[in-house]
Amino acid sequence: MENEIQSYGKTKTLVTLFLSTLYISAFTFGGGFVIVTFLKKKFVDKLQWIDEKEMLDLTALAQSSPGAIAVNAAMLVGWRVCGITGTVVAIIGTILPPMIILSIVSGFYTAFSSNLYVALVLKGMQAGVAAVILDVSCSLGKAAVKEQSLINYLIIAAAFVADFFLDVNVVYIILAAALIGVGKEIIQRRRRIKT
Amino acid sequence: MIYLQLFISFIQVGLFSIGGGYAAIPLIQTQVVEERGWLSMNEFTNLITIAEMTPGPISVNSATFVGIRIAGIGGAVIATFGCILPSCFIVSLLAYLYYKYKGVAALENILSCLRPAVVALIAAAGLSILTLVLFNGAAIKAENVDWIGAGIFIAALFVLKKWKMNPILVMCFCGALGLCLNLLL
Repeated sequence: MENEIQSYGKTKTLVTLFLSTLYISAFTFGGGFVIVTFLKKKFVDKLQWIDEKEMLDLTALAQSSPGAIAVNAAMLVGWRVCGITGTVVAIIGTILPPMIILSIVSGFYTAFSSNLYVALVLKGMQAGVAAVILDVSCSLGKAAVKEQSLINYLIIAAAFVADFFLDVNVVYIILAAALIGVGKEIIQRRRRIKT
Repeated sequence: MIYLQLFISFIQVGLFSIGGGYAAIPLIQTQVVEERGWLSMNEFTNLITIAEMTPGPISVNSATFVGIRIAGIGGAVIATFGCILPSCFIVSLLAYLYYKYKGVAALENILSCLRPAVVALIAAAGLSILTLVLFNGAAIKAENVDWIGAGIFIAALFVLKKWKMNPILVMCFCGALGLCLNLLL
């Protein structure tokens, strides 16, 4: 990972970071998890600057902080790649496209939101977004359950049911998973003390 | 003065919306419609519709929209800055702690339980969008299936998995396909 980043040189890294976040932000419709999947495709699969587990950790951090997940996730990727400078560059890249588009659209928003062609294009893009997210969740899923322990499968199943079927607030799901982690740590410590 | 008001209002939106997108909507409504009266409820509903139709987070979209209507481009920049400022500090702190203590066994144990949960959340987000695509918000029954949407979804998944095609290119093709197929069929 470090080698991949260093081989770019600092300026080229920052330019790549800026253009990637700009480009991803301009095309990601829908909630924060959409942008996370695009960031994963770019920074994990293509550039190989971040590994899959780390991407999941960054997503959890982005989700547990206040503010927009998309901006938080981009900040974390920026931080990982180039420290504070990276964070600033990633923020600017992420907020410029929505700011520009909204500034333009705010002038004629009724015409825009009731336009049939716009609606049809967006509907097609929605189908594409669903495909991208499910594709990414498959590969992230493989990374998350590499240890193949029962508890990992149980957490996946429980978190999915709680979110998809029961509409539990995502913050509580993250907290519950963190608490299970604390429990796991305590049990392992006790075992270590006994032996 | 108006700049300061915009800044303070959107700092609150940025600070208290934990959990992303939809969590921010009621906060924005309180600040923008109820407390300051910058937008009417009708304008606010339009704003949410546009925010969902355009790329970018809802909070950034609304900050731009409200800022530009109240105080022009300068207002848009100030409001957006206010809205991301709280998370800048909190996220940087978390990032610092994460990279400092990443190797520590205790944190690794907690993270190993968080990762599967995050995967499930991402998959659930994808599936809710998929049900929206397949049934257009109608009841989940065989006769309500939107076959065009289903076809585009399957084609997109195929090129992503098989050819590892650039996801943004895939999205653009899907948009074009959605327009053409719906007009032709």
